[in-house]
Amino acid sequence: MSNSTRCAACRYLRRRCCDDCVLAPYFPSANPERFACVHRIFGASNVARMLQQIPVEQRRQAADAIALEAYWRVQDPVYGSVGVISMLQREISVAQRELAETQAQVSIYTAQVQSQSNQITQVQYLVDNAHLIPNQPPIPGLCQPPDIP
Amino acid sequence: MEGNSPCASCKLLRRRCTKDCIFAPYFPSDDPHKFSIVHKIFGASNVSKMLQELPVHQRADAVSSLVYEATARTKDPVYGCVGAISYLQNQVSQLQMQLAVAQTEILCAQMQQEPPMAEQPVEAYDNNLTGMPQLMNNASSSNLAQDQLKREFLWT
Repeated sequence: MSNSTRCAACRYLRRRCCDDCVLAPYFPSANPERFACVHRIFGASNVARMLQQIPVEQRRQAADAIALEAYWRVQDPVYGSVGVISMLQREISVAQRELAETQAQVSIYTAQVQSQSNQITQVQYLVDNAHLIPNQPPIPGLCQPPDIP
Repeated sequence: MEGNSPCASCKLLRRRCTKDCIFAPYFPSDDPHKFSIVHKIFGASNVSKMLQELPVHQRADAVSSLVYEATARTKDPVYGCVGAISYLQNQVSQLQMQLAVAQTEILCAQMQQEPPMAEQPVEAYDNNLTGMPQLMNNASSSNLAQDQLKREFLWT
């Protein structure tokens, strides 16, 4: 690769970018910040060595993951990607609590609806079957209908 | 460390451990594996630079997180910590979906308890539907953090 088409890594390191440069496919010259970040945290030789130890078909994913970890470490020099993990774990706790509360509310509403439905069913049953109840003696104090002639 | 045994880093790097060695407080000689793993992934000079740029009271936490990241990358050379992060993001998404479903169920139950449709003007029902997005937003209370992570993934 000529000087005019050096990858971001070789451009940053001011060296000739050879055809079999292990970093070239994953650190294109169009994105110099990506390599600068990675080099600052991991170092070019460490990254090259890590990529060489990985099968070729997995190197792109590895380079992307390394770039992300470097980015998070630059953003948060103390905790890096561990800070992201902590944040996600907190979100999961909050979401689990919200879900439990919401599902409890669903249970309450469902029970209320079921209870109302049961009451309506019972009342309807009594209304439908009122004619089957034999004549009862008058209840003191209760107004009685007139006798049918 | 003059007069004392060298710290794990100076022992590995085979150099004299001075009393102001930046690694000594965090890489004691009784745990050589800790520095070895960090050195393998990040390199001693990079770790030294990172620690020097931090206030002293934050260096212990920084070392712990570096050890964690280095260990994760040693166990998973392709994804490292990012593998765990992807897994946790999926969990968050699933929980948010379940929350949205549960809140929809509450809405349905509330509507079942309301008086029959004939007793209410039609306009009220049209307005009811606009309340749904607010509930969806409550379901994803961490949308801002999730959007930030999505933008960072696109950076690769």
